[in-house]
Amino acid sequence: MGKTLSEKVWDAHVVRSVQGEPDLLYIDLHLVHEVTSPQAFEGLRLAGRPVRRPDLTLATEDHNTPTLNILAPIADPVSKKQVDTLRSNAKDFGVRIHSLGDKDQGVVHIIGPQLGVTQPGMTIVCGDSHTSTHGAFGALAYGIGTSEVEHVLATQTLPQAKPKTMAVNINGELPDGVTAKDIVLALIAKVGTGGGQGYIVEYRGDTVENLSMEGRMTICNMSIEWGAKAGMMAPDETTFAYLKGRPHAPEGEDWDAAVEYWRTLKSDDDATFDVEVDIDASKLTPFVTWGTNPGHGVPLGATVPAPEDFESEVEQATAKRALEYMALTPGTPMRDIYVDTVFLGSCTNGRIEDLRLAASVLKGRKKADSIRMLVVPGSARVRLQAEAEGLDKVFLDFGAEWRAAGCSMCLGMNPDQLAPGERSASTSNRNFEGRQGKGGRTHLVSPAVAAATAITGHLSAPADL
Amino acid sequence: MEPFANHTGIAVPLERSNVDTDQIIPAVYLKRITRTGFEDGLFAAWRNDPEFVLNREPFTGGTILIPGPDFGTGSSREHAVWALQNYGFKVVIGTRFGDIFRSNSGKAGLLVALVSEADRDALWEAIDADPNVPTTVDLPSQTITRGDLNVKFEIDAYTKHRLLNGLDDISMTLQHADEIAAFEATRPSFKPKTLPVRTAG
Repeated sequence: MGKTLSEKVWDAHVVRSVQGEPDLLYIDLHLVHEVTSPQAFEGLRLAGRPVRRPDLTLATEDHNTPTLNILAPIADPVSKKQVDTLRSNAKDFGVRIHSLGDKDQGVVHIIGPQLGVTQPGMTIVCGDSHTSTHGAFGALAYGIGTSEVEHVLATQTLPQAKPKTMAVNINGELPDGVTAKDIVLALIAKVGTGGGQGYIVEYRGDTVENLSMEGRMTICNMSIEWGAKAGMMAPDETTFAYLKGRPHAPEGEDWDAAVEYWRTLKSDDDATFDVEVDIDASKLTPFVTWGTNPGHGVPLGATVPAPEDFESEVEQATAKRALEYMALTPGTPMRDIYVDTVFLGSCTNGRIEDLRLAASVLKGRKKADSIRMLVVPGSARVRLQAEAEGLDKVFLDFGAEWRAAGCSMCLGMNPDQLAPGERSASTSNRNFEGRQGKGGRTHLVSPAVAAATAITGHLSAPADL
Repeated sequence: MEPFANHTGIAVPLERSNVDTDQIIPAVYLKRITRTGFEDGLFAAWRNDPEFVLNREPFTGGTILIPGPDFGTGSSREHAVWALQNYGFKVVIGTRFGDIFRSNSGKAGLLVALVSEADRDALWEAIDADPNVPTTVDLPSQTITRGDLNVKFEIDAYTKHRLLNGLDDISMTLQHADEIAAFEATRPSFKPKTLPVRTAG
């Protein structure tokens, strides 16, 4: 019987396999940031252990960093100490770091692909659940906790029980105005936030094949939002073209050998998955969330659901709580929901194509007076690229704030937060209670919907303008 | 890690689904560089509500948490596990958990006990009837006992073995350093390295 893509990558990284124990997997790349690593480095220090492979480790500052005045000392002393600790740990243990002000600084899942250190067939981990982003290249990539971060630093391996496999078949031509973000929001609404628990998912089908690398990353990024261990896509010519010439992409004979190997990284025709899910992309419309988890998604043209629309008692109770928290009444058209803030950014939608798409909608239009719009590029290089294309000017002329790179309002750890009761349309990945600031209310949207919403003041698609 | 054999304490019903790790501890509380002191951020958004379960007796001193399904989904922050442990929780009993949360718990020594929906409901009902009855969780026999109620729980054999013996994962893996080195020697030359630094200039 043939193997699936994930089984091929898994099998190529097994250091040790013993009955009754998890496999010991070799890790090709370990990405590190300031929030989930300090206790891990401290553990190494206490045990007198070195970082086994600094040359397979890369650190950056993103979660807890300001997006204004980035070269000034960080104002919050606790935040400053966390960032300083990463810098001193990187220095002490010989780990490469891209700090604030460095051209290669940025959200960890944006800079890996950008530098070309994310490649097909690799195992990639990071103390961050959106590590699944890198699966768009055919890498097995997943988020880990701090104890595991320490384990990888010390051993370059992880004990890991083998998950089951799932295929998500996405076929059909995407209608105008529908993006990768809408696909994944529609998928999560269909399968629920726990639908992927225990599975490595492979997204496949002609819709996926026709997406750019950036769109593919948006879908893989949100794999964790429906509970999947990891999300992957088979590498193809689009992947190779994206990687060619990147700073850490192979060169010369190594490139040829790599591509020859990468071409084998697809599920065999006779491979079977434990579960398959089908999505008809041609039927999709822009999707937005109404509630407090990413599974609470509906088409933009729909209305706010009622608790009775949900099957189980627990889900009904969750929906009731979500409606209260979000201050929404069942039956309200989603388009009638006014927001205060529009956030364009994050590892889900903070890449150059996202900024281009939003700018194309905004250009020559006027921002709704009531709206505050934050544009936060995913990396310093995305920011530079956008400025080279004049996108910064489009955003500033429109009345948006043009910020420096980082996670920013996606998780509200730095000063970029919603005030209590404030409502956002956000291109990020989580609409959890308080995620963007205590008492803040989040509607997850695509960059196109974010831009249109900033113009009208209420949830809108470009087609509504 | 301290070995875990059994624990007896007050069980706390948290009758909500999808309590993600942002609810367990919001991001603004993640700035410490230690593994301690996170109890002040535990369920931060709800702690000011006098009706919140942890603000009611006898649950203030609870050590066993029984949440609804899909507890600990979302962010990978191990701080969620530390916050529960720093508060005093030793065990979380439920039907479905976020993968990373469950894995983090196993590494940090917080027991995650999987039960059926019926057994979880039975535990909730028993607590509702008399919240003061202590609950005992026994890892070797994988049982939860509360008064007359006795239910089985699931845990994977490897995590159970590690918890029972308080084993340190890293030293266990380093016993196989030769195998790791042998694997490393076979890695193809085209695999990327982060050093020396190459940038787009």
